[in-house]
Amino acid sequence: MKQRSILLAFVLGMCGCRHGAAPPASSGTATGAALVLVSGDKQLARIGARLDQPLLVQVNDSQGTAVPNASVSFSGPPGVKFDPISGVTDSSGQLPSQVSAPGASGHFQVVASTNGGKVRLSTDEIALGYEEALGQQLNAKYCARCHDPESTPERVSNMDNLDPKPHPFTEGDTFNKISDADLISVISHGGVALNKSAAMPPFGYTLSKSDLQALAGYIREVADPPYRAPVGGNANK
Amino acid sequence: MSVILLVSLAIAPAKDHFSEWRHYQNGYLKLISTRADAHSLQRRAPLGVQQIWMPELGVVDRCTTCHSALNETTLADVSQQPFRKHPVMPHNLTEFGCVICHRGQGTATTAHEAHHSTLAWEEPLLPAKYMDAACGQCHLAPLRGTPELNEGRRLLAREGCVHCHTIKLADGNVMTAADEPPDLIHIAEKTSREWIFSWIKNPQAYAVSATMPNFGFSDDHARDISAFLIAQSTPSPYAPKLANPSPKPASADANAAQAGATVYGESYCASCHATQNAAGNLVGGDLGPELTRVGSKVKPEWLEQWLRDPTAYSPNTKMSHYRFDDKQVTLLAGFLAAKTDSDFLANVHLEPATQKQIDHGRALVVEFGCASCHQINGVKKPDNFAPELSRVGSKPFALLAFPKGVEHTLPDYISSKITNPRAFGPGLKMPKFTLAPAQIDALTTALLALNDRSNTMGANLRITSLHDSQYQPAGKAGQLMNDLRCFSCHRINGHGGDMAPDLSWEGSSVQRPWLTDFLKNPNTLRPALIRRMPKFNLTDSEINVLSEYILTVYQTPKFDRDAIASDSLTPQLAEQGKQLFYSKYNCQGCHIIDPQKDKGYIGPVLSRVGLRLTPAWIFQWLKDPQALRPDTIEPNQHMDDAEAMELTAYLMTLKTSAKEGANKK
Repeated sequence: MKQRSILLAFVLGMCGCRHGAAPPASSGTATGAALVLVSGDKQLARIGARLDQPLLVQVNDSQGTAVPNASVSFSGPPGVKFDPISGVTDSSGQLPSQVSAPGASGHFQVVASTNGGKVRLSTDEIALGYEEALGQQLNAKYCARCHDPESTPERVSNMDNLDPKPHPFTEGDTFNKISDADLISVISHGGVALNKSAAMPPFGYTLSKSDLQALAGYIREVADPPYRAPVGGNANK
Repeated sequence: MSVILLVSLAIAPAKDHFSEWRHYQNGYLKLISTRADAHSLQRRAPLGVQQIWMPELGVVDRCTTCHSALNETTLADVSQQPFRKHPVMPHNLTEFGCVICHRGQGTATTAHEAHHSTLAWEEPLLPAKYMDAACGQCHLAPLRGTPELNEGRRLLAREGCVHCHTIKLADGNVMTAADEPPDLIHIAEKTSREWIFSWIKNPQAYAVSATMPNFGFSDDHARDISAFLIAQSTPSPYAPKLANPSPKPASADANAAQAGATVYGESYCASCHATQNAAGNLVGGDLGPELTRVGSKVKPEWLEQWLRDPTAYSPNTKMSHYRFDDKQVTLLAGFLAAKTDSDFLANVHLEPATQKQIDHGRALVVEFGCASCHQINGVKKPDNFAPELSRVGSKPFALLAFPKGVEHTLPDYISSKITNPRAFGPGLKMPKFTLAPAQIDALTTALLALNDRSNTMGANLRITSLHDSQYQPAGKAGQLMNDLRCFSCHRINGHGGDMAPDLSWEGSSVQRPWLTDFLKNPNTLRPALIRRMPKFNLTDSEINVLSEYILTVYQTPKFDRDAIASDSLTPQLAEQGKQLFYSKYNCQGCHIIDPQKDKGYIGPVLSRVGLRLTPAWIFQWLKDPQALRPDTIEPNQHMDDAEAMELTAYLMTLKTSAKEGANKK
């Protein structure tokens, strides 16, 4: 919690700087009582890259009705870019902003504020460094078919066909308990290595050591609640 | 006097003492003094000006003077710059230094000079989103870790950039276009002048996925260009048939429309062509043009001829020569002709063209370089119509004119130039492309990789680009494969598309009866796939020619397809293989043998695999799948020979189709 408040203070400090540099925002006339996230949180993007979906927020009044023509501005840690950085809500009370990830990897918080900064909303996004981005690609190719419950027309999820069901990598409560060594071991030797389902095949003869490391890095990055490396030990050599 | 001398002598050491890098190094010492491993960190702390020298690349880096902790794994939690640890990367820091990837001025010892462009140094740090450009300097072939760069290079070829801009890669290969702008030499047979007029005014109004960019032509210009294009058109081989169109059966009734849709579906037209559905989403492939409004474009009698034999009209088309019968042609043409949009041509009324308009149209076609992409009668393809981009990633600022509002950096210049080319001054010809912001970032990344360093480094540091092998099969089968355009989707011996499986070793893999059945009536092996092999309505003799050639020629040198005799696969072996399949290796997690029991959706259905694959292929595949198909996701299970043979024996017993299996129950 303490860490989070420090981060928030940091973010607040940053938005002060950013406002100075940003072009003057076209100011809306209406004011709202609440900011609601419509879509665009918890996205993954490579460092510096645009998030796939824009961050979409909605300004509501105290009754929960959308407020058009209200000013909203966005801020984040250094390196995060917004297009636009501020604007006024449309007729449905909403404003989208295209967010670009910062140059450093890891979770980052994006803050939307309205009503002169009195009403705020923060969302969590994830920037992937080289290793985690490689892990993301490997995940899409080798793992997601079974470990991702979402189906697309091109890629039908196999999760429901398996018993026991594979765990989605976002399941932090499950994966955060597994040590780095065990995680690598279960990917390379298969489920049997940890007395888990034999339906999880071994990938150690298919993927290189750095690939396995990258996959583990990706799994750590997307865990929700976020993964925290144990203090001392477990550092990557 | 001596005091002045003394003071002036003191200036140099004082300046050194108060230098910026010393300030950072002191900050670093302070930071690590509180860490648990302070002693070992202090022992390693780099003090004084640090330097990495790479004579082979002509680069001197002093970045590590201030960035002291790039290799300190125990400082991974430090986020304060310049003391952050470098994230994991594929190369070693001491081997490549910093500026090879990050750009900036390596010899500088102040942050501003190192990071930004100065009067003496134009190249600032490369923004993180273009980082893949660094990899592209040496790696000219696609690289797994650089999706942005790969996508940018794909777009340079796919969006037709290289039709006008020459791009010569550092290894000497010239980038070639992957799109196929149609020939316009017979265009009057295909479409109307009104359609051409509307299309060149705004191609995306006709098809949201159109590659053709918007040139921003005025009505007068579009009128004159359309007049010229119709006037230059000459008769195609279709002409005699178009003169006497076969009498039209009434195809407006609902049954015909339904039957036409069925032919469209059965022929898997959607594998290559997209249409917009009711929700406005595109459904289908992008190998061929979008067909949402094709009825407003093509003339019905031309369409019928096209469906009969596209190669006669357009020898370079990627479209297969389907062997449709008359009824199928009529139904399919009727179905496509009904895909109209009355709004598209509603307000277009063109007076008959005058000679002056036609001449002016020709002048415009020459001026805007239309022949760079399209074949047009009487207009030669211009050489180097647009500036060459082989070294655009090192373009000096003196050659750049920035419009208002664009930051003065090369990446910003390139990306604005792609986004809005006409903002760079009046009279510029480059049209506006319909690209998403992420695509523009990818293109910018690929262009930034085309720079001086990439061109001047030693060839031993370069990973050369892949290029198509131009392989062509010979003889009767070769002609047939060309006619069917197998290479639009399949790759063989380094030539062809990537939509369908590589067939280079297909002859080692499949059994003859299965192959002939499949060519007669292709059914997909993977139930989850949208893109499928179409039914070409081949004759028996065509099928024989094709399968004979495939089975004889497309074999792997790694093993003999007949190495395992089927009588050596005993029922005992098969029984043990079954145990391995269901218990030890859990193959049913990905594959289906018995649809009542198994559920795996990932790999192909195996209920008839004993009729499809050769035992030798199955055995080798089980031993090392990636050796036969490097891209396959089936993991290598490190099976020994005995187990692989038992599984092979079991799989070879599977000869029941899913349907038959279901009926038996």
